[in-house]
Amino acid sequence: MIGSAGAILSVRRICKTFGPVRVLHDVDFDLNAGAVHALVGENGAGKTTLARIIAGTHRDDGGGMTLNGQSYRPAGRTDAQRRGVRMVMQELNLFPTLTVAENIFLEDLPRRFGVINYRLLHRRAEELMAAIGLRDLAVDEPVGNLTVGSRQMVEIAAGLSQDCRLLILDEPTASLTDRETCLLFDQIRRLRARGVAMLYISHRMQEIKQIADTVTVLRDGRIISTHAIDTLTVEEIVNRMVGREISHAPAARTAAKGRVALRVENLCAGPRVQNISFDLHKGEVLGLAGLIGAGRTETVRAIFGADRLTSGRIYLGETAKHVRIRSPRDAIAHGIALIPEDRKEQGLFLPLGVDRNIAVPNLSRLSCAGIISPAAERTLARRHIDTGAIKCAAPDQPAETLSGGNQQKVVIAKWLARDCDVLIFDEPTRGIDVGAKFEIYAMMADLAARGKALIVVSSDLRELMAICDRIAVLSDGCLAATFSRNAFSEQTINAAAFSRHTATFRTQGAAG
Amino acid sequence: MNNSHRRIPAWLTDYLGMAGALGLLLLIFGLSTENFFSAATFGTIANQIPDTTIMAVGMTWVLIIAGIDLSVGSVMALSGAVLGVALARFGIPLPVAVVACLLVGLLCGLASGLIVVAWSLPSFIVTLGMMEIARGATYLVTQSRTLYVSDRLEMITDTTLLGLSAPFLLAVLIVLVAQFVLSMTVFGRHMVAVGTNETAARLSGIAVRRVRLAVFAVSGLLCGVAALINTARYQANPNNGIGMELQVIAAVVIGGTSLMGGRGSVVSTFFGVLIIKVLGTGLAQTGAQEPTKRLVTGCVIIAAVVLDYYRRRLRKTGTEAAQ
Repeated sequence: MIGSAGAILSVRRICKTFGPVRVLHDVDFDLNAGAVHALVGENGAGKTTLARIIAGTHRDDGGGMTLNGQSYRPAGRTDAQRRGVRMVMQELNLFPTLTVAENIFLEDLPRRFGVINYRLLHRRAEELMAAIGLRDLAVDEPVGNLTVGSRQMVEIAAGLSQDCRLLILDEPTASLTDRETCLLFDQIRRLRARGVAMLYISHRMQEIKQIADTVTVLRDGRIISTHAIDTLTVEEIVNRMVGREISHAPAARTAAKGRVALRVENLCAGPRVQNISFDLHKGEVLGLAGLIGAGRTETVRAIFGADRLTSGRIYLGETAKHVRIRSPRDAIAHGIALIPEDRKEQGLFLPLGVDRNIAVPNLSRLSCAGIISPAAERTLARRHIDTGAIKCAAPDQPAETLSGGNQQKVVIAKWLARDCDVLIFDEPTRGIDVGAKFEIYAMMADLAARGKALIVVSSDLRELMAICDRIAVLSDGCLAATFSRNAFSEQTINAAAFSRHTATFRTQGAAG
Repeated sequence: MNNSHRRIPAWLTDYLGMAGALGLLLLIFGLSTENFFSAATFGTIANQIPDTTIMAVGMTWVLIIAGIDLSVGSVMALSGAVLGVALARFGIPLPVAVVACLLVGLLCGLASGLIVVAWSLPSFIVTLGMMEIARGATYLVTQSRTLYVSDRLEMITDTTLLGLSAPFLLAVLIVLVAQFVLSMTVFGRHMVAVGTNETAARLSGIAVRRVRLAVFAVSGLLCGVAALINTARYQANPNNGIGMELQVIAAVVIGGTSLMGGRGSVVSTFFGVLIIKVLGTGLAQTGAQEPTKRLVTGCVIIAAVVLDYYRRRLRKTGTEAAQ
């Protein structure tokens, strides 16, 4: 007899292997109705695999599950959904050309004589969006026009569109603003009150403390322990995840301010970058804070030449003459690097090996008369795999098979190899496990100590406050305020971020 | 994630697989027809290979940058037509006519490339247009008549080295050079990067447009080179190369190059051309008519991509790690 009293889902001795790699070892755990169960662990620990087995997108290799006391082994996603188990995916699953409403009800479009009943569809979608507090999102807007954060909310709404008894949320807040996160948490609380069991996967410890009832730590495919959330501190959870003691926050740096490395004057680019001016010094880490859609990504893309400037000037060093940057190529030639916000879409060549990925921006250095030296390429890859602590089986392992944290380290490594003076990080730790996060923070601190100038865009304000020397806050495309380290406070920074926003949701443009 | 056992390089297994398939074909035809293994048969095959191979090299590059070039057959015909007219009607000296022929190919490729790059258009539709333009121009230039010039181009077909014809050797040389550029040079790496992820390529500082333009220009130029050989063999016939783009694409795909970009090999393309040509000649010798030949060739193309799917899946599950 398996299963225990009160549990809606019981997982017993589940195993899973991918090729030669054992991902889950005899995993046992229970989910209770009306409770939020957090699942935490480093990337590659097996959280998503476990969630996918429950949601029916992967099949286990051994063990068993029971749902409401009955044997449960879904044949696929739809089978799982029929039994009331739904999963909101980490990677978005939406069709950009279809509208919000169509995406939400895709599997169950209301029809009359075989034709979609749009009036009913839109009414249902509006009801659902209202229920989760998204009244200002137009349900007939194509999803492709929404910001990343809004898309995530639509994805969640789609997960909630049908009755479900068990909802799995995999990194749901990875691209949400604080306000969106609050809305989501309200919704989670409502579902909990209705008796829905929830499995909540996240790297954000503060959130887990806030929303979860129970926490299970997974490490290297094994369950380490399960606790009531109140009995553990964040440090204790993190230590269990990584299996070693790690310091809570990166050491606060007292940077000696160097000479100016980059000066931006009255930068304008599209509707989301209006008259941005700031200085960046050598050895300094400058944070760019703001709400999603405030123009942070657009600002750094404009500096990097990825988007066209409408006006404004960029100066390098303390020269009086500005530089013309019309493409990323120009920016790189001037010693500026950008680690983009979406590593899979913008940073990596997924099917190519780690070595090839690192080599791409450095080919001129690795070649003679246009012919690449394989030995030089191999040496460069090895060195950066070692110094960047990239976990891979071989230097030519395809980037797509690495965990998120290691993928991000590859993107960073390819720019470190280039030895740029100004490095721009756009959401460098999004969706990355705690261990890798701290490694990336350490890498940044080291770069700054070596006199590099860094710009860091992040939605995680605590992260910025921990690693930056100064934080510039953007609000609705304008620079609202700049704070130096001794003036950091969550309240004032948040206030500045909201200062020019009347409504935080906009349905055009990409995320900031 | 710690499988440290030595792996056989992927490219070697690919080549061995292709060579095996080719050997199998030769064996089947050798056993089923009486005089398949004869100098005449291999002479026929060797004559058909060079122009297709040279164009397939260009096509391989184009597919690797996630493009396609449908105009190759027509561009080859137009280059050949210019060569024919220059020699037969205007009596222009051979070297100048050859340069004109190559230039026509290059310009057609450049034109397609420029349009694709300037307006970020799909190359499928741009080169479809170029295919029609070049064919129309061919009819205009030749006044829809065949120009008999092969006697002026005898030195191309008749030169041999170690028993191999000059066109065949040229084709092999082009294959080797193109493979070297693809796998060993900065330009080759840029092609693969652009074909794999254009956004990441741009953000990595690669001049994406320049790479694209260059690849289409090379494809055009190679059509000009193929035209020299094709015209020497078949005269400047305005109907030369009709449907050839599809045969070229088929050869490239049989060679395992992906239509989605980023993955391909020129040497494998050469094997693809050999397979298609051996298949055609072999079937003809067994007495098969055109309908049967096309049917079988179609099946081989589909079988090749299905096999490629399983081969890649096998390799992927080998390296797939936990998420």
